[in-house]
Order: sequence, then C-alpha cells, then structure tokens
Amino acid sequence: MQDLLRRYGPGLTLIMTLLVAFWLLMLVILPNMTLFEQSFRPYLPVTEIGGPRDTYGFGNYLKVFDGSIERSLFGISFSIPVHVMTFGLTIWYSMVVTALCFLLAYPLAYYMAKIVNPRSLPTLILLLFIPLWVSEVLRAFAWWIILAFRGPLNALLLSLGLIDDPIRWTNMGYTGVVIGLIYTYVLFMLFPVYNAVQSLDTNQIEAAEDLGAPWWKIHWRIVLPHAKPGIASGSVMVFMLSAGSLLVPSILGSTTSQWFTQTINQWFNDALDWNTASAYAFLLLLLCTVFVSIAMRLFRVKLSDIAK
Amino acid sequence: MHKFRQTLAHLYMVLFLIFLLAPLVVMSGAAFNDSKLPSIVPWRGFTTMWFSEMIADQRMMLAFVNTLWVAVAVAVLAVIVGTASAILVNSISGRARTVLYGMMISTILIPGVVIGISTMIMWTKLGGAIFGPDGKPWPFIPGLHLSVLGQVSYIAAMVMLLVLARLQSFDAGLEEAALDLGASHAQVMRRILLPHLYPAIGAGAAVAFFQSIENFNVTQFTRGGADTLTVYVFSKVRSGITPTINALAFLLICVTLLLALAYEINRRRRARIEAARQAEARRAEDAALS
Repeated sequence: MQDLLRRYGPGLTLIMTLLVAFWLLMLVILPNMTLFEQSFRPYLPVTEIGGPRDTYGFGNYLKVFDGSIERSLFGISFSIPVHVMTFGLTIWYSMVVTALCFLLAYPLAYYMAKIVNPRSLPTLILLLFIPLWVSEVLRAFAWWIILAFRGPLNALLLSLGLIDDPIRWTNMGYTGVVIGLIYTYVLFMLFPVYNAVQSLDTNQIEAAEDLGAPWWKIHWRIVLPHAKPGIASGSVMVFMLSAGSLLVPSILGSTTSQWFTQTINQWFNDALDWNTASAYAFLLLLLCTVFVSIAMRLFRVKLSDIAK
Repeated sequence: MHKFRQTLAHLYMVLFLIFLLAPLVVMSGAAFNDSKLPSIVPWRGFTTMWFSEMIADQRMMLAFVNTLWVAVAVAVLAVIVGTASAILVNSISGRARTVLYGMMISTILIPGVVIGISTMIMWTKLGGAIFGPDGKPWPFIPGLHLSVLGQVSYIAAMVMLLVLARLQSFDAGLEEAALDLGASHAQVMRRILLPHLYPAIGAGAAVAFFQSIENFNVTQFTRGGADTLTVYVFSKVRSGITPTINALAFLLICVTLLLALAYEINRRRRARIEAARQAEARRAEDAALS
C-alpha cells in the first residue's frame, strides 16, 4: 500500500482502492450477504413484508425435504425427498462429467505437450479454440439436433448397421445432459492439463524409457504426479461449471432428468418465490464449495494453484 | 512399437477434432435445409429462406443489439476494475494479499445462478429500502444493467489474472526513474505502467467481451423482461424452433472462422519474419567469424 502511494500518489491510489472496494463489496460480498439474509425470510405478499409474519426461520431450507418419492438402488428401496435426490444426482453426474472430461482430455494434452510437431501446435490450438468462441447455447443446440430421434447420429449409426432401431438419446435419463456438458466443458480440462504437462522436462520421460519403464508406468509415476495441479484446477473448473450449468440441462435434459439449477430457476422465475430460490442457491454454493474444498484437501492442492 | 503409438496419438487427435467440430458443421448444414425442423437428415433441398426469415425477426435483431451493448459495457467495466485490482494486489504482500487475492479468484467459481439471484435481490432490495416498495427508479429495477453488474463481478477476476501475469514482467525501476526525473504520478501511470499493460488489457477486453456474449445464467436471473441473444436463442430452442437459429449460428461461426483465419495468417507472417531475422543474424555471425 505504501508502495502504491509512493508510485501513483494519493489520488490514483484512492481511485484504485475505491474500484476494488466497489467490486468486492457492491458486486460480491453485499449481494451474497443479502442472498443469505433473504433466504431465511418467508415468501409473503408485498403488503405483509416487514409485518408481524415477516420473521426469520429455516422454512425455505426445509422445503428441500418436501415431497418424498420411492426409489430403489441395488435392490434396496427407500424414500427420498425429490429435491435432495435432484441435488445428489447433480453432484454425481457432475463428477461423472469431470471424470470423463479428464479421460478424454489427458491423452490429447499429453499429445499436444510432448508428441506433436511444435510448429503445428499453434494451428491445432486455434482449431481447438473455435468451439469455445461459439456460444454455449448454440453448442447445446447443436447436440440437440444431433441427438434428435430422427437426427444425424441415429441416421449414421443405422447406415453403419451398428443399431437396428433409432435410439431416443434425449429420453434416457441424464445421457443427453452428460454428453452436452462434456462437449461444452472438455476444453476447460484440456488447457490446464496441457499447461501442466508441458512444463515437465522431456528428459525425465526419456530417462524412464531408457531405464526400461513401460509406457503406463511412465504416465502413472512421472507425468500424472507432475500434472496434478493442472488436473486439479481443470477438475474444479469443470465440476463447478457443470453443477452450475442451467443451459445444457434445460436444452438436452429428458423428462426424467432434473438438474438442481433448474429447480432454482423454477422457484425464481416460475413460482416467483425469490426467498426459497435464495435458500436453494445458497445451498448450491455452500455444498459445492465444501465438496471442492474436500477434493482439494484430498489431492493436496491450493486455491492459488487453480488460478494459474 | 513407438511408431504405432505415435500413429495412434495422431488418430486420437483427429477424432477429438471431429468430435469438437462436427456439431458445428451439422448446425451450419441445417441452416440450408428446406425443412421446418432444424436437421440435416432427411435433406429436403437447398434453401436460403431461413436467412431472410432471420433478418425479418425483429426480436432477434433487438436481442442482438442488446447483447452488443451489454458486452461492451461489461468489457469496459471489467477492464477498469480488473486492472486496478491487479495493480493493487501486486503492490501488497503477506496475509492481506492472500485474502484479497483469494476473494477475487473465488468469484470465478461462484455458480452463475447464485451471482444472478444475489445481484437481483440486493439491488431491488436496496431500491426498496431507499425509495419504498413502489416507484423504484433505475438502477434499482430488474434489467440488463443488473446483468452487466452481475457479469462484471466474475469477469473482472479474469481480466485481473491476465493483467497480474503481465505485471510480473514489469520493471518497477522504470517508474522510479521517471519519478526521479520529475514525472507526475499520473504521467507514470499513463506513460509507463499502462503502455506495458496494454497487451494484457487488450486480451482482457476481448475475453470479457466474449464471456459476456456467452453468459446465460447471470442474465437469466437479472434481465427483467429484456432479451439478450443467448436468452432469446434459449427461449426459441425451448418453444417452437425454426432453423432461423441455425442461420444465426452459421453466420456467427463464419465470423469466428474469419477471425481465426486472420489471426493465423498474421501469426504465420510474423513467424516467417522472425525466422528470416534469425537466419540473417546467423549469417552475420558466420561472416564475422570467418
């Protein structure tokens, strides 16, 4: 701070401090505190706001436990509240998406860092970036076209003789959502992992090869440990983006797939109950943060590694 | 064996690129199919009518203009806030820096749904607290200006990261020298620091612009009744779809491809110049030695 004053003088320092304060206070902290406060208030008609019934309570949070349905898993049947199940499935499928993104991205990241001719690398990266510049809603729409019942994917598979009858892709639970999320977010895994692998000294790989290590052992013992920060940051990005996505599940979801953000959207934009929506949004934020923190603790990476 | 693995790797790269690019081809193709439903099979003949229908779609054009305004506003605000934050974070150290930096970074990870709802609630409640529940004036009503504020709250962090990376290569001695030679504080900022940061600021502005165009989650919860392109396309996809969306997508993809092509040509030209310069230097060196 002293340094700042000496270099840019009191006026500019004040302006910069005010800008940062505006950002963090007015755009981040205060809105989230308001959200938190609002989430404990009941949903009342306008005339009763501030009246005797406008008291704090956990009512909005307890709505998560309303309306149980019967489910069975591994032959054990139990009843579970709808919204709890939606939330659990959102987390579960976000994890599936993250894992699949890693499996898809890792070989390519290694290829880009160590195998491809360095002179054609910029062109390859440019090609990879093109889908990223096309907006998310259009990418989800593209898969909506592809996965349609009379769409190109079924036509292709039928003509190849791989299937006999067209498949209803968008009516198989979360299949469409998972495919769409992978397509949308795989690049957020690819680039951090690529950056991490790229910083590995190729001599280490060659030394291991010379000493007779099989290829899988080289990856397991040398490349993967080195790339861990990149993998962690890619995973956190993909997981948070997937769990927080509203577009892809809304466009590619089936009748049996419900994403937690869709539930929030229904409270906010359909039921117009902003307070319950706040409670749900806060739950999403809290539980995702906890989940990511635990994952980061397990893999021993810090938040500052992720920003790289 | 090594050769075989290499071939496999090339093959994987090609498959991956097909996976990424084929959906865009399918989407573009459907823009020219003479069929009420957007698809490429069955092919019912070539038509350009979806493009004329798109231009006739007033709502879409309005949404397009809105999108551009929002994106420009977000880019300007995010660049100003992000650059100031980067300079501030760079000049402090210790615990304060860790906390401040952590807070800024964490905004990227907050789900857009949460940002949208919290922005909306805070500004409307603030308006309600100052002016009462009825007749709240502008900034306190739902609308695209709230979308701008919500988007800035996390896009500024991206700009901050880019500028902060650039600051690492800045030689603070230059500022000292300028101050010693009698430059004012404003001159140091304008003539020395900012010119060094311009590449990062430019990249930040571009990132902010495109992130804003993409944004759906924040906009969906703050927009009031207004449309941006993303929200409009979303509502179209959910209700009755006609291939006008494909026509729009085709045009956007073309613009993207043109930009990418221009970038690539420019990069190759510069690489060639650089290679020629190095060859020249080598020749000069050889000549000097012999």
